[in-house]
Amino acid sequence: MKRVSIDPITRLEGHGRIDMFMTDDGAVDHAYLVIPELRGFEKFLEGRPVEELPLITQRICGVCPEAHHAAAAKAADAVYGLEIPMAAEISRRLQYNAFMSGDHATHFYALGGPDFIVGPDAPAAERNLLGVVRTVGLDLATKVIRMRKEAHEIAELLGGRRIHPVSMVPGGISQPVTRETATRLEEIGRYMVDFAMQSQQIFADIVLGNQAYLDMVLSESYVSRTNYLALVNDKNQPDPYDGMVRIVSPEGVEIAKYHPSEYLEHFSERVEPWSYLKLPYLKKLGWHGTDDAAAHAVIRSGPLGSLNAGDGMQTPLAQEQYEKFYATLGGKPVHNTLAYHWARLIEMLQAAELVLQYATDERLLDPNCRTLPGKAVGEGVGCVEAPRGLLTHHYKTDEDGIVQSVNMIVGTTYNYPAIQMSVQKAARGLITAGTQLTEPLMNRIEMAFRAYDPCFGCATHALTGSGPLEVRAYGPDGALLDAIRRDYEGNITHPDESEVRR
Amino acid sequence: MAEKLKIAAYSAAGCGGCEIALLEIHEHIVELAEAADIVFWPAVADLKYADVEAMEDGYIDVCLFNGAIRTTENEEIAHLLRRKSKALVAFGACAAFGGIPGLGNLFSAFELQERAYTTESTDVTDTRPRTHAEDNSSTVPAFRERVSALSGVASIDYLVPGCAPESPQVWGVCQAIIAGELPVGQLTVGAGDRSVCEDCSRPKRGTRVAKFVRPHQIMPEPDWCLLEQGIVCMGPATRSGCGGRCPAAAMPCRGCYGPAGDAIDQGAKMASALGTIIDSEDEQVIIDTIAQVADPTGTFYCFSLPTSLLGGVRTSRKETSR
Repeated sequence: MKRVSIDPITRLEGHGRIDMFMTDDGAVDHAYLVIPELRGFEKFLEGRPVEELPLITQRICGVCPEAHHAAAAKAADAVYGLEIPMAAEISRRLQYNAFMSGDHATHFYALGGPDFIVGPDAPAAERNLLGVVRTVGLDLATKVIRMRKEAHEIAELLGGRRIHPVSMVPGGISQPVTRETATRLEEIGRYMVDFAMQSQQIFADIVLGNQAYLDMVLSESYVSRTNYLALVNDKNQPDPYDGMVRIVSPEGVEIAKYHPSEYLEHFSERVEPWSYLKLPYLKKLGWHGTDDAAAHAVIRSGPLGSLNAGDGMQTPLAQEQYEKFYATLGGKPVHNTLAYHWARLIEMLQAAELVLQYATDERLLDPNCRTLPGKAVGEGVGCVEAPRGLLTHHYKTDEDGIVQSVNMIVGTTYNYPAIQMSVQKAARGLITAGTQLTEPLMNRIEMAFRAYDPCFGCATHALTGSGPLEVRAYGPDGALLDAIRRDYEGNITHPDESEVRR
Repeated sequence: MAEKLKIAAYSAAGCGGCEIALLEIHEHIVELAEAADIVFWPAVADLKYADVEAMEDGYIDVCLFNGAIRTTENEEIAHLLRRKSKALVAFGACAAFGGIPGLGNLFSAFELQERAYTTESTDVTDTRPRTHAEDNSSTVPAFRERVSALSGVASIDYLVPGCAPESPQVWGVCQAIIAGELPVGQLTVGAGDRSVCEDCSRPKRGTRVAKFVRPHQIMPEPDWCLLEQGIVCMGPATRSGCGGRCPAAAMPCRGCYGPAGDAIDQGAKMASALGTIIDSEDEQVIIDTIAQVADPTGTFYCFSLPTSLLGGVRTSRKETSR
């Protein structure tokens, strides 16, 4: 079977590739999203003191370091059996929600949003942040930069550093929060809420107000009927920092609700020969592959999962948007992959509202911010909802808190089977017998993974170009059959055979 | 008008934090864009390897390379970018010293991979990612036996330390690039030439340590050196340049700016620093006190194992030589 590769996929940090295998008449038979990266963290964390893991594990991802920092600190709290003081709980929650809100903003404006704001079929050279600026104006672009800058300022104020913060330690936070800091946190929180509200309006004007976009969002090529997962509070509302894991079926019925420490009863991970990344699935339902028709053990996590598996939002402004979301898209659950973008903006708004709420909570200022540990209990699970999905850290230690074993399932990994499923479905739906390979068509396949904001590409958050892309088709003997290339300026060429054979 | 500078950036086995650090120069990114064309940066512009191969040798003026060398693909791209760049810069702790992925050298490549595919949540199978296939099936690049810093596989012209490099330092390096004023004959740029202690906001009191404690075991007093309070802080062995951010946040330095000043081996430097602060002249007491340090290898070489004199614990050091 001949193979068509998109290598590398654009707007991914690191290295990702889509391999499509074609039938004789040129339709996509099946497709893989290949991840060629592994660093071996789980093994080399063995022997490290558990209090170092909030610092070391965030080097898994420099774009979402807070997610690993928080999950590791919570796992380490559990390893020592520690309840953290309220001031530490609020400080951690504040820092976490500020990170969540800033991260979602940059994805919408710089990474995923250009496909809508500028348009999926706009010239490739326009489909980027600069195109967004031209469409919505410099004023808004300045606000986007400020949003990002201020979210990082919170990381520095509470975490000590803008990239790879250090303040979350087993038992709490490293030092108390001062009044002066809290005043600034409140200012930033107000800005974040304003910005998030404006973003809802922009989405309404540009996407919801355009029937062609709405049709694309609702089209069958971008539908994946999966189970959904959310980290929820005691009211079943999504809570990115802490809670129970709730899973609903494709019909929206609760099929599991468990404490994050019970994850092994609910998830297994499958190893495939074509990727370094494993594929988690619901253990009780068994692995059925990622074909659309059979994929009933696949879950989706991240913003769409949070909305579908939760019962409304924690904060009033986000709740209004949540109601509008389901009223517009035809009830719950929403299976449209591109609806991730809207769900992300609603999560961004809730996170901003929570920042403001925590910043004005007097308990934040309590100087008692650390519980000192005794001997280790020896095992702990820490779990947060990262911007791209559930993040689980599981540590076992000796009684001195020296790590004996580590297991982690990260946000994008939970979503990997669903991303694989959505990419394959988009490829099959968009490339059928006799379809000409064109650049906008390739972008529409890429839109299927971009909706998930996958973390193997998270460094692209702050700036992006919809860069060059090359698609090559090979025959069974390895001979080149067809190729197209999109260059940096968005020009489409068909490289001659001698060139692409290289 | 003078021809614009041609700049490239690349991420090998890294976390993306260095690329965020490059973007953290905020409004200065506009000045950088005015002075230089980005001719290759997969995270942002995503030009192909084939496009780089098509460039003349030395076409790129400055290449900022971040991430360690973990896979064969990382190594191949390092060789390619060395050929195509006038100046190759190891940007950030991973490229400069091996960084956190370098802790992988405490184990064999087989152990690292096997653990990933045998965790509690993983299906028990013989299936492993394949690096070769007889047909056109999808494959992944091979895992190298050991992690190297960039200098382990290619000659480098400059090194910017930090995990991640602090943004004022990054902008300073960018300004030097724009002005064509990167120093001749100096390897480390974007950092100081002293130790973190020199910039630290926590004064020393001249006290000595009877016992070492771990960072979560005590609530340290403000305005007092963490090391003197018994918390192992890598400040004395680590190059300055960050401004002492971690100690200012009441957490010990972990050494991400690499060996201080002219020290070759960060861990050896740290062991000697600890020796001088222990409250005893008795050699055995000093040895016993240092033995209280939890995980000395992982702490002293947290960011620099591949370029240390140890290199790793299982195999020879040959890969760390140029």
